[in-house]
This record gives sequence, structure tokens and C-alpha cells, in this order.
Amino acid sequence: MTALDDIRVKEGVDAETVDAVKALSGTYKHGWNTEIEMEYAPKGLSEDIVRLISAKNEEPEWMTDWRLEAYRRWLTLKEPKWAMVEYPAIDFQDQYYYARPASMAVKPKSLDEVDPKLLETYKKLGIPLKEQAILAGVEPGPEDRKVAVDAVFDSVSVGTTFRKELAKAGVIFCSISEAIREHPELVRKYLGTVVPQSDNYYATLNSAVFSDGSFVYIPKGVRCPMELSTYFRINAENTGQFERTLIIAEEGSHVSYLEGCTAPQRDIAQLHAAVVEIVILDDAEVKYSTVQNWYPGDENGKGGIYNFVTKRADCRGARSKVMWTQVETGSAVTWKYPSCILRGDDSQGEFYSIAIANNMQQADTGTKMIHLGKNTRSRIVSKGISAGRAQNTYRGLVSMHPKAKNSRNYTQCDSLLIGSHCGAHTVPYIEVRNNSSRVEHEATTSKVDDDQLFYCRSRGMDEEEAVALVVNGFCKEVLQALPMEFAMEAQQLVAISLEGSVG
Amino acid sequence: MLKIENLHVKLEEEDKQILKGVDLTVEAGKVHAIMGPNGSGKSTLSYVLSGRGGYEVTEGSATLDGIDLLGMEPEERAAAGLFLAFQYPVEIPGVGNMTFLRTAVNAQRKARGEEELSSTDFLKTIRAKAKDLNIDADMLKRPVNVGFSGGEKKRNEILQMAMLEPRMCILDETDSGLDVDAMRLVSDGVNALRDAGRGFLVITHYQRLLDHIRPDVVHIMADGRIVKSGGPELALEVERNGYADILEGAA
Ligand SMILES: Nc1ncnc2c1ncn2[C@@H]1O[C@H](COP(=O)(O)OP(=O)(O)OP(=O)(O)O)[C@@H](O)[C@H]1O
Ligand SMILES: [Mg+2]
Repeated sequence: MTALDDIRVKEGVDAETVDAVKALSGTYKHGWNTEIEMEYAPKGLSEDIVRLISAKNEEPEWMTDWRLEAYRRWLTLKEPKWAMVEYPAIDFQDQYYYARPASMAVKPKSLDEVDPKLLETYKKLGIPLKEQAILAGVEPGPEDRKVAVDAVFDSVSVGTTFRKELAKAGVIFCSISEAIREHPELVRKYLGTVVPQSDNYYATLNSAVFSDGSFVYIPKGVRCPMELSTYFRINAENTGQFERTLIIAEEGSHVSYLEGCTAPQRDIAQLHAAVVEIVILDDAEVKYSTVQNWYPGDENGKGGIYNFVTKRADCRGARSKVMWTQVETGSAVTWKYPSCILRGDDSQGEFYSIAIANNMQQADTGTKMIHLGKNTRSRIVSKGISAGRAQNTYRGLVSMHPKAKNSRNYTQCDSLLIGSHCGAHTVPYIEVRNNSSRVEHEATTSKVDDDQLFYCRSRGMDEEEAVALVVNGFCKEVLQALPMEFAMEAQQLVAISLEGSVG
Repeated sequence: MLKIENLHVKLEEEDKQILKGVDLTVEAGKVHAIMGPNGSGKSTLSYVLSGRGGYEVTEGSATLDGIDLLGMEPEERAAAGLFLAFQYPVEIPGVGNMTFLRTAVNAQRKARGEEELSSTDFLKTIRAKAKDLNIDADMLKRPVNVGFSGGEKKRNEILQMAMLEPRMCILDETDSGLDVDAMRLVSDGVNALRDAGRGFLVITHYQRLLDHIRPDVVHIMADGRIVKSGGPELALEVERNGYADILEGAA
């Protein structure tokens, strides 16, 4: 019976998840707030605020100018309205653009110097800021990989772990504010080259006011010795979070990067507008995984995060590869299309997505695969789940340019409806401008089947457990694309975000 | 153990009466068989007992060890020890067969206030039981019932029963579609569970199964009622002469 032995690993994840789900009660479990003394920049947006953020980060002049240029451009832009999301007008003058814990005014030299309250916050979230630990929920075993963490609290990075060990391999992993100071040549060379300042309304705003985020540089031929992750926590009220991430993978390098996000439960909606840029050179590979669990608002749509994100990977080199995996369970409004520019010949882009919208949540998400090089490949697997009165839209662009000869795309887009008051929409845009490329698109929409639920229940599972099991089954292909540490968290999240969706 | 009295059931959506006064008692330690023409209400009875939606009980009662079954949720009935092997087992894409079973076993244990089974114990048990039913590792890994052949689905139902160790087992045409060897495996599985504390209600169209699983009592169901009950010889009579004589006699 040797074949049975290898079942343990994968099956174990599922069973433990279900156990963990059972143990959890209530809905949004990260809705608590950290009482901590904060320092704010004055409310509202102006050139002075932009300068102030730049000054707080002790930035060189070129950076301040870059921000100001973005700010001036932003003033000329209009908020886009094409997405299938509705929300009250955002008053950009009624927000704080910079909030940092007072204790961070003097940069701590190491994690030991960080305010224990902040450390406690991450501990409570299950994010280890100690170097031997790994993500919560997994018992460390001999073959467990280490995970380095950059912890971002409101506008600032609190600290980054495993830096020395990473430095030995030549990997730079630090906050972007630090990278601007310490590695200006790299930042200047790449910042804004994947997502230009002028890209879109939110990206332009981000370019002007981003306060922190993560920076990753993997040198030529290096396989990053551990997973890298950034954990974003919005804590302050009325404060937007604008983070900026820049990842550079030199020739033949390899990195897997994880991103997690949570926020307290608040009645007033909060703005989050991030930009992620990834540059991938010849033969390099980047895997970027997100578990987005911002506060989604209550069941009547009060509060929650408005999440407007621009994420893009530029496969500049030949045979370069990027894989986006996202589990989007949170936020009141999600507007997000992680994209791949397949510029290098034989480059590959993959996008795996689970988007769950429950209660009054609205998600408009998908991807763009821009095929520029020859023999480029892309694959899209999207699983949208709608429950309550939520609206879930998949919006995807596949574009084959004239020079992208012999390229292929495969898109599979499945929607699952729970109950009869929610909606699922699929909006594919396909452009093929050469005649040797092929695009395949498959889409399905189904309802959670009563017979499946009854079958589970007749075996002893309660209704929520049954829904969680069936939905996790529906998402399987995407969950499998996640790194192990995140797969468990994601499965739990799928179950938790659907609590109260049946009955 | 299982006591059904004067059970009347109609469809929730339309005004169609399906069960028209079923009386049936299965004692602990006994095997009862139900036979009857297509559409007589056998599956409906098993569904109503296990709590499937879409039906309305208009009269009568069903109890398990004196406890009202009909007021309970399906999962509560399962935890109380009721099990139905489905006539048409349901496919659940993406959910591994093992995961499904382990979730089910632990859900029931938890509902009864028992410790959850450790993964080592669970694996040990399921391997042994799967082997007895000639279910291989691949079938345990694959998604629940997806792409299973008819016979594999039925064997899988019996594996679930063996793992859950229910006290009252209802088997709805578990023999249909089984080859000769599988029939023996399934029967052995059922016989292995037979003991003084457990009751069985076996729905079948064929005497063949009853050669392997010797019933204590055979009932004939027609048009929503039990029209005749007797010993194992009643099944032989159906096999030889069909239902015509029995139905006439009952009318
Ligand atoms: N949801 C439903 N809608 C309409 N008719 C139904 C429904 N459920 C059951 N019936 C009808 O009720 C009757 C009894 O069905 P049931 O499946 O219980 O029969 P059965 O005795 O199990 O038959 P078989 O031996 O063919 O399995 C049939 O006439 C069937 O068509
Ligand atoms: Mg039937």
C-alpha cells in the first residue's frame, strides 16, 4: 500500500483546514484595532503633503520631484467609471495620507527596538517577526521553508526579517523607503518602468503619495533561499494606505513572494491604492501570491476597504516567467487586474485567481495578458464565488500583438453562485493581431448544488462546513497553485468569508 | 430501533402525495428488506428519513430509539447514527474522497462530544477498510465520486458506511449495477457490520443480494404503502412471479 502513503501531505491540508474552520467563530477575525499613539500628516492632499511624505522618508530630491510630477498629473485625471462597482464618491481631501506609529519616528535599528505593541499586533495576526518562525497555522517541520517578512503598519514598514541571511545570497529585501535611500541606482532604474506614473488614476495617485512598501532584488542566477512576504496592516482611521512594491529578478533568478493584508473593522470605508511592479529578465521566474483579506464591510455594506490596485509584471527577458496567484476575499470594493506583459520571446504568464464576494461586497477583478514576444504562453484560471447580494465580475484582456507569433492563451473562467440575490459577470476582451496565435476561452456558471450539500450533511457535516467543502473543491486548482503556507490560510478564509451565506 | 408510523409525505412544490401511510419497524440486530415496483416510493422514504429537502410530512412519525427524526437537521440525524447509502451517489468535484470522509467522521465525532480521530488513526482505519472493499489508493485520492464507475460509486458508499459505523443503515439499491465480485464485496461489508446493536433497511429489486445478505423480514412497497410483509421467502416469490399476484392480494 505504498501509494497510500503520499496522500497524507495534500489531504492533511484539507482536513486540518476544516478543523481550523470549525474552531473559528464569528466572521471577520482580524477586525480588532491596535491602540497606539500615531503621528499623522495633516488631512488632505496637496503639494505640501507630497513633500512632507517625501521628507518623512528622507528621500533624495529626484524622488520628491518624481512624486510632484505624478501629483500634478493626477490633478488633471478623472476617476475611472468603467468597472462594475458602485461606491459613494471618495473625498480625497478628507483622508490622511501619512500615519505612522509615534514610536517609529526614530527608525529602530533592529526588530528588538520596535514597540512591543506593534510586535504584538503581528503576533496576533499570526505573522511571525521572529526569524525562526514561519507563517501561523503550520507546525514547523524539518523540511519547512523559512519565510522572511516585511511588516507594513499603516504608512511605514516596521521591520524586515532574515535580512542578513538573505544578504549572504545577495538578495536585497527591505522596505521601499529604505531602498530609495540605500539603493537609489536600482530604484531609479526600474521604478515606474512597468507601471508608469501616467498609467491610471489610482496608480498616478499612488506615485505621488506612496509611503512605503517592499523592495526585492534577486541577483543574477540566484534562487532566493526562502519565501519572501509582506504583510500589510491598515490600522489608523480615515487613513489611506498607498504602498508600492518593486521586485527585480535578474537573469536566471527565482523568487516566490507572498502578500497578505488585513484591516480593523470600521464603519467608515477606507482607501487602499497600491502599485506593484515586477521586472523579470532572461530565464528568471517570479511567483507572486496574494491573500487579500481587507475588512469587507458589514452585511449591509457599511465600512470596508476600497481596494484599487495596479499590479503588473514585465517579462522583459526571453524565457522569463511570472505566476500570479490571488485569493481575494476581503474589501468592500475590489478593482484589481494583475497583468503580464510578455515581452521576451518564449516568456510565460500565469494567473490563478479566487475572488469571493459575500454580503454587499463588489469585486471587479481579472487580468491582462499582453503578448508581445514570439512563442509566448499565458494561462488564466479564474474562480469567482458570489454569495449574499454581492456582485463579482471577471474582466480579462488577452492581446496578441502582430509580432507575438505562435503564441497561446488558455482562459478558464468559472463562476459559482450561492443563493439567488448575487451576480456573476464575465467580461473577456480578446484581440488577436497575427494569424499564428491561438486564444481559447472557456467559461461556466453554476450554483452550489443542493444535492451536494445534502450529501455532505447526510454524512454529518453542518451546512457551513458543507458549503466550505464544496467551494474549496471548486477552487482546488487555484488553491494548489499557492505555496503550502498560504494554501491553508486561504482555505480557511474561503470558509470564513462565506459564513452566513446559506440558510 | 427505527420506528415509522403512518408516514404521509407529499412534494413541497406540488400537490403530489408520494407516501400514503407507511408503517415499518426495524429492530436492533435485524435486517429488513424493501422491494417494490419502480416509483412506489422506496427512495422517497429513505430521503425523508435522512432529511432531504423538497418533501413535506403531512402525517405520521419516524423515530430512532424513540427520538423524533423528522424534526432534526440531516447532520443531526447522521450524528444520531442514521446512514443512507444513496441510490445515486453525488459527485463533488475538487474534494478528495479522503478529505470528505475525514471531515465527515470528525464532524460526527464532534457532534457526539468525542475526540477527533488523529490523522494516523484515520489513515490506518481507512486503509484497512478500503482494502476489504477493493478500493485502491487512487480512488481515495480522487474527487468524491467524480468519474467513478457505477459499481465504484456503490462500493464507495459502503466504505463511507464502514468508516462512519452508523447504528441504522439504509441501503438504497446498493446492489444495482454491481458485478458478481463487487456484489460479494458489498455484501461482506454489510455482513461484517451486522451485530446486535445495529439495524439495516435494504432496498433492492433483486433476490440475488438477499442470497448474500439474509434478511429477517421482507416488505413489499407499492403506491406509497407497505402492502405485504413476510420472511425471506417473500423475496423468492417476487423473483418468480413478479408483483402482480401480491398487489392483487393486497388490494
Ligand atoms: N422531486 C420530485 N418531483 C416529482 N416527482 C417526484 C419527485 N420525487 C419523487 N417523485 C415521484 O415519486 C414517486 C416515487 O419515487 P421514488 O424515487 O421514491 O421511487 P422508488 O420506489 O425509489 O423507485 P425506483 O425503484 O425506480 O428507484 C415517483 O413516481 C417519482 O416520480
Ligand atoms: Mg429508488
